[in-house]
Amino acid sequence: MNGTPPGLNEVLQRTFSFPKRHFLSATDLNEVEVANLLDLADGFVSLNRQTSKKLDLLKGRTLMNLFFENSTRTQSSFELAGKRLGADVVNMSPRSSSISKGETLIDTAVTLNAMQPDLLVIRHSSSGAASLLSQKVSCSVVNAGDGQHEHPTQALLDALSMRRAFGRIAGLKVAICGDVMHSRVARSNVALLQMLGAEVRLVGPPTLIPPQADRWNVAIHHDMREGIAGCDVVMMLRLQLERMDGVMAPSQREYFRFFGLDREKLAFAAPNVRVMHPGPMNRGVEIDSDVADDLAVSLIQDQVEMGVAARMAVLTSLAARLENDR
Amino acid sequence: MTSPAAHGRPIAFTNVRLVDPASGYDGPGALIVAEGVIADVAKGAGLGSLAKDVEVVDGRGAVLMPGLVDIRVKSGEPGAETKETLKSAARAAAAGGVTSIVLQPDTDPVIDEPSVVDFILRRARDIELVKVHVAGAATKGAQGQRMAEIGLMAEAGCLYVTDADRPIVDSKVFRRVLSYAKAFGVLVAHRPADPWLSTGAAASEGEFASRMGLPSVPAIAEKIMLERDLALAELTGAGLLVDQVTTAAALESLQRARDKGLAVTATTSINHLSFNEIDIGDYRTFCKVDPPLRSEDDRQAVIEAVASGLIQVVVSAHAPAPAEDKRLPYDEAAPGAIGLQTLLPALLTFHHEERMALIDLIRTVTCAPADLLGLESGRLAKGAPADLVLCDLNAPLLIDADKLISKSKNSPFDGRRLQGKVLRTLVDGRTVYAA
Repeated sequence: MNGTPPGLNEVLQRTFSFPKRHFLSATDLNEVEVANLLDLADGFVSLNRQTSKKLDLLKGRTLMNLFFENSTRTQSSFELAGKRLGADVVNMSPRSSSISKGETLIDTAVTLNAMQPDLLVIRHSSSGAASLLSQKVSCSVVNAGDGQHEHPTQALLDALSMRRAFGRIAGLKVAICGDVMHSRVARSNVALLQMLGAEVRLVGPPTLIPPQADRWNVAIHHDMREGIAGCDVVMMLRLQLERMDGVMAPSQREYFRFFGLDREKLAFAAPNVRVMHPGPMNRGVEIDSDVADDLAVSLIQDQVEMGVAARMAVLTSLAARLENDR
Repeated sequence: MTSPAAHGRPIAFTNVRLVDPASGYDGPGALIVAEGVIADVAKGAGLGSLAKDVEVVDGRGAVLMPGLVDIRVKSGEPGAETKETLKSAARAAAAGGVTSIVLQPDTDPVIDEPSVVDFILRRARDIELVKVHVAGAATKGAQGQRMAEIGLMAEAGCLYVTDADRPIVDSKVFRRVLSYAKAFGVLVAHRPADPWLSTGAAASEGEFASRMGLPSVPAIAEKIMLERDLALAELTGAGLLVDQVTTAAALESLQRARDKGLAVTATTSINHLSFNEIDIGDYRTFCKVDPPLRSEDDRQAVIEAVASGLIQVVVSAHAPAPAEDKRLPYDEAAPGAIGLQTLLPALLTFHHEERMALIDLIRTVTCAPADLLGLESGRLAKGAPADLVLCDLNAPLLIDADKLISKSKNSPFDGRRLQGKVLRTLVDGRTVYAA
C-alpha cells in the first residue's frame, strides 16, 4: 500500500479479528479488543498527519451516516473516517428529509438497509435506538450516541488521547465532572476506563449524578475540589442547557462558581493534569476559556483529531469482519 | 338471559380435583352443570347415577375451578380496534380460562356516561363468549377535573369507577369522587402514582435504569400518592381499591391502613409478580408496562403481600399494543402488556414453586375479585353460574406471543416456559373454549 506509515502497516498486518458485527456499547468490548483498536487508531493518527491520507481499506464499501440528532462534529468525523478509508459515504439527516414523515425508526432502517450499505452509523435521541436498529438490519451498526445511554466511539477516542498523553491508562485517576446524569459520554467512559484499569470518580451536584451511580464502583463527589484532588485527568462534560429545565442547577453563574473548571480548582489536581471535554464547550459555564485554550493542559483539540483516527479503527475492524461473513 | 333450551345437554365432570376458594375446598370430587348453573357439587364422593342425556367428562385428575375474574382489562374497542376488539379480547380470555372481564374506561370515547356503558354491554352480549363488564370513568373524559355520571353509570351496570392509568391529581376532585361514589355504593379504584415524579419516566429509578440511560421514576412515587389516597379514604369513609400495588414502600402504607381498619383493597398485576426491571434487558419494549417493572426486592415483597392477603386481587392488566406502537426506541414505545391468555399459567408458577397454596392463589383471581364487585361467579356453589375452567396444572407450555389470540402480540411472557394448560372453559354452562 503506497503512502501507508510504517507503524500502521505493522498493525494492519497483525492478525486480530474483531469478533463483533456491531459497535454499540463500551460494555460489549474486552481489554484485548480495545488494545487492538487503540493500536490501530494510533497508526491512523500518523496517516492523518501525512499529506496523502487516503487508503483503500474500505474501497467499495458504503457507509451511511444516519443522524437523527444534529451533530456536525461527530458526523463529519465519521464522514472523514469513511472517506479516508476509501468508502462511499452518504449522510442522511432524517429530520430534514422525507423519510422522517411519519416513519418509525424501524421503517427507516429497513428502507436504508434495502440500499445495501455495509456500515450504518446512527445517532438518536432515545437510549437503545442503536441496539434496536442493529436487530433489524443486515449491515454493521455503529452507535454514534443513543439518548443518555452510550457513545462508545467517544470513549475510545478519549482513551486514545489519554494513552498518548500518559503512555498508559491503567492506574490513572480520572474525574468525570458535570452533567453525568444526561451524559452518554460519561456512561461509555466509565465502562471503558474501568476495564482498562483507571480509577474513575464522578463529580457534580447530586441532581446531575445518576441515581445509584455509587454502585458503578466509582467514587462520587459533590465538591469539585475534593473530587479532582490528585487526578491525572479532569474530563469535563457538556452541560446540556436545554435539558436543565432550570431545575437541576439554579443558574449558570452558580454552576460555574461551584462546578466550572477554572485555574483555581484545577490546582487541586495532579501537577501534570490533562483536561478533556467532548465538545462543544459552553465556555464560562462548565469550563473557563483560560483552561480550555491552554495547550499545556488541554487535550481538547487532540480529542477531535483522535476522533477521526479512532473511528477509522472501528470502521476498519467492522469491515474486516464483514469480509469474513460474506 | 338466554332461555333454558339454549344451554344444551347437562355436563358431569367426574374424577376431577375441585378447587373452590369460596368454600375452602381443595380435593377430589365431581360437578354437574345444567341449565347454565352448577346443579350439583359432590365433594369427595362420586356422583350418583346420571341421567342418560348427560355429557360425562372424565377429568382424569385435572383441576376444575371457577372461571377467572379479571377486573383490569383493556380492549381497543371502541376507538382502537386495530389493537384489540371486544371479540378478540373475549376469545383470548376464554382460551386463558378467564370467564369474566372488567373493561377499563379509557377507550375512545371514554366510558364516562351511561350510554357508552350500555353500548359496550350490548356489543359484548352479542359476542356470547365470556362475561364482559365495564368500569366507568371516575371523572369526565378521565381528565381528573369534573365528576362523571357515577350514579347513572352504576344504574347502567358499571361495576366500579376509575380513571385507569391516570391518577386523579387534584385532591379536591378525588375527595369528591370518593364521597359521592360512596353514597351510591360504588367502589372507586385509583392508580397511586405521583404525577410529577412520574413525568416522562420509562423505567424504575435505580442502578439498572441509570446504566441504560432511561428516564426513571423512583419507587417512592407510588407510596406518596397512596398515602394521600388512604388519607382521603379515611376522611370520606369510602371504599378504595388500590389499582396495582407494585412496591415494598407502598405495601407498608397499605398495611398500616388495613391495621387501622380502613375499607381498602388492593390489586397487583401478574407482570409485577413475574418480572423485574432487569427483564427489560436490551431495551425489550414488551416489558415496558405502566407502572414500570420494579426491583427484585419489590417483586418479592409483592409476592409476599399476595401470599399474606394484604393484596387480595391479581389482575392481568391486559393492555394490547400493536407492533407499530412497541417496535420503537424504549422511551417512545407504548406501555402495556397483554395478559388474558397467560394469567392463569403465570400465576400457577407460584404454586409450582411452592410459594403459595393453590387454593389461596386461585382465590386472588376468582372469589376475591367476584366478592369485591358483587358478582355471583367465582365459586363452585350449587346454583351459581356455571363459569368454570378445567385445567391440567402440570402440562408444560412454551409461550409463543405470535400464537396468542389477542390481536396485539405484546406479551412479556414470549419465550417463557410455564406450566398449566386450560383444557376447557365454560361460561353459563356453554363451552367457550376447548383445547
